[in-house]
Amino acid sequence: MTQTTYRDALLQALLDAMDADETVILMGEEVGLYGGAYGVTKGMLDRFGANRVIDTPISEPAIVGAAIGAAMTGLRPVAEIMYVDFAGMVMDQLANQAAKSRYMFGGQIGVPMVLRTQGGTGRSAAAQHSQSLEAWMMHTPGLRLCMPGTVSDAYHLLRDAMRQPDPVVFIEHKGLYTMKGEIGDVPDAPWGQPAIRRRGGDLTIASYSRMLQETLTAAEALAPEIETEVVDLRCLNPLDDGPLMDSVRRTGRCLIVTEAVTTCSVASEIAARVSEQCFDWLEEPPLRLGGEDIPIPVSPALERASIPDARLIEDVARWLVAREAPSWAA
Amino acid sequence: MTFANDAPLARYRTMRRIRTFEERVGELFLKGESAGSMLHLSIGEEAVVGLTDHMAEGDTFTTHHRGHGIFLARGADPMRMLAEIAGREAGYCRGKGGSMHIADRGLGHLGANAIVGGGIPHVVGAGITARNTGTRVVSVAFFGDGGMGQGILYEAMNMAALWKLPVVFCCINNQYGMGTRVDRSAGRQDFPARAEAFGLRAARADGSDVEAVHDAAQAIVEGARDGQPGFMEIDAYRFHGHARMDKSPYRTPEEEEEGRARDPLATARTSLADDTLLDTIDAEAEAEMDTAMKTAIAATPPASDTMFQDVYDPSTPAPRPQRARLADVLEERA
Repeated sequence: MTQTTYRDALLQALLDAMDADETVILMGEEVGLYGGAYGVTKGMLDRFGANRVIDTPISEPAIVGAAIGAAMTGLRPVAEIMYVDFAGMVMDQLANQAAKSRYMFGGQIGVPMVLRTQGGTGRSAAAQHSQSLEAWMMHTPGLRLCMPGTVSDAYHLLRDAMRQPDPVVFIEHKGLYTMKGEIGDVPDAPWGQPAIRRRGGDLTIASYSRMLQETLTAAEALAPEIETEVVDLRCLNPLDDGPLMDSVRRTGRCLIVTEAVTTCSVASEIAARVSEQCFDWLEEPPLRLGGEDIPIPVSPALERASIPDARLIEDVARWLVAREAPSWAA
Repeated sequence: MTFANDAPLARYRTMRRIRTFEERVGELFLKGESAGSMLHLSIGEEAVVGLTDHMAEGDTFTTHHRGHGIFLARGADPMRMLAEIAGREAGYCRGKGGSMHIADRGLGHLGANAIVGGGIPHVVGAGITARNTGTRVVSVAFFGDGGMGQGILYEAMNMAALWKLPVVFCCINNQYGMGTRVDRSAGRQDFPARAEAFGLRAARADGSDVEAVHDAAQAIVEGARDGQPGFMEIDAYRFHGHARMDKSPYRTPEEEEEGRARDPLATARTSLADDTLLDTIDAEAEAEMDTAMKTAIAATPPASDTMFQDVYDPSTPAPRPQRARLADVLEERA
């Protein structure tokens, strides 16, 4: 099978969906002529024309609002918000309109749209272009949320997202666009379910998006002394936590690794669920390992230090399983 | 008796039905049968019928929180509206939305909205759908003068003009955003000029005269159908308070008297000049709304387990009730 990039896997998903269904449209800032701020939609304007690949003014609230109206009336829009940090601009349309229309209107009017965006650190883009705001989306019933952490998921989750009858927030990671991998013939797990990325009996680590890759690197380094089970949460809202709980009940230990600010994060929610559902099986409390509770600083050194990496994941894992205290905890 | 043109009479009938309906909404509250007191009456704004009369089957629209009259003008069943306002299962939204979130996909109502300006951009999307699918559907966003303060309106008007979409922005200026009169919220009150600045065709009409609204709206709605998006301001007066509990202490009795004299129903009666016929129409409206209210009050509230329905598409699992989750935890700990 041929290698491709996360970026090209996303492009392929959009191309395949637009070829298969003429109601699919793209809209957003720079999606057409420019080819997407990170190059994902390159060439799509030429191929599908300006009625289906719509360059918009810099008007994030109305981009999402227009996508909602198009979805209500029969199209399948994929709206793009260039950075998830701009969620502050669009939360009314997202949380009060897209998420609640089906419910408020008694099931009559669904909003089958995808909001593509990207987040995360790694490019010294500073405090307003580097955040991980998935908890905002997970905190909103009615939204679906997925965050691909592999090349194959970039393709399959986006295809699946575009088939959903409900609004899906699809958050890519700016640090993964050049990652190489293969697109599997079938998805690694069904839509909405976690994927077990590595089997192990000593410790369960739950993660998603770019931190999944850091976690897999750490797991490799920990073996063979510590065998880590790595659960890729992939689809965060609604969250199917069954496979994760099964895993924690086998291993008795759970570490949750994310890039987002830790307080009130996805990791906090997972830790709470593990505590509730696995109390009698736990050898240690579920631990959260996330971004520091600070805005993202621009300096590469500070930015790197503000979020977990494979080395830190390794440290915490050794502590959890083997009681080896890391140097910084001495 | 018949008129050479029955349309003005039909518009009077619709306006009367709206007013009587709104009066019944007030009574519903007084009887303790409404779901809450977030009830925003459109009495004084009935001349919107002059615009809705240019809309056709298949046209779509969104409204603000004061949208009962607009929906009735587009063919709503008053019983299902009152049932919704009362939080009953028989309501348009099965008791999930209420007064501020009534919608009906079949009649083109894409949703009333309780966020000021929230529904405005949806008509831009509906316009894209119309353009891409080659229909002649027009989509109209209805909002108040309060909506003129929201940035998303200007984003949406710009997009509509940029893409030449079949869209109309209709501002029903009732002079008040809650308790703030429009001269305390707008630096310049020429709203059509704002729309024209974006490239929309714009007009303003006297909201005390439904025929004037009808005349002015024709070019706006038909222009939109042909790809020239439009803006319409209907200059009206909000006869009552912001919501049911508001006694409008921020305005003087003199102002209210003057404002209520700008009554589109009174204007139409004078012009139609057939009291016997008009009285019959009024009586029919009373009877219709009485029956609707009686039926709505008698309707049953939704069963409590329906609260978990329609968060997501019914083909996917509904959210799990909290009690079930906690019961699982307790059982395992037992």
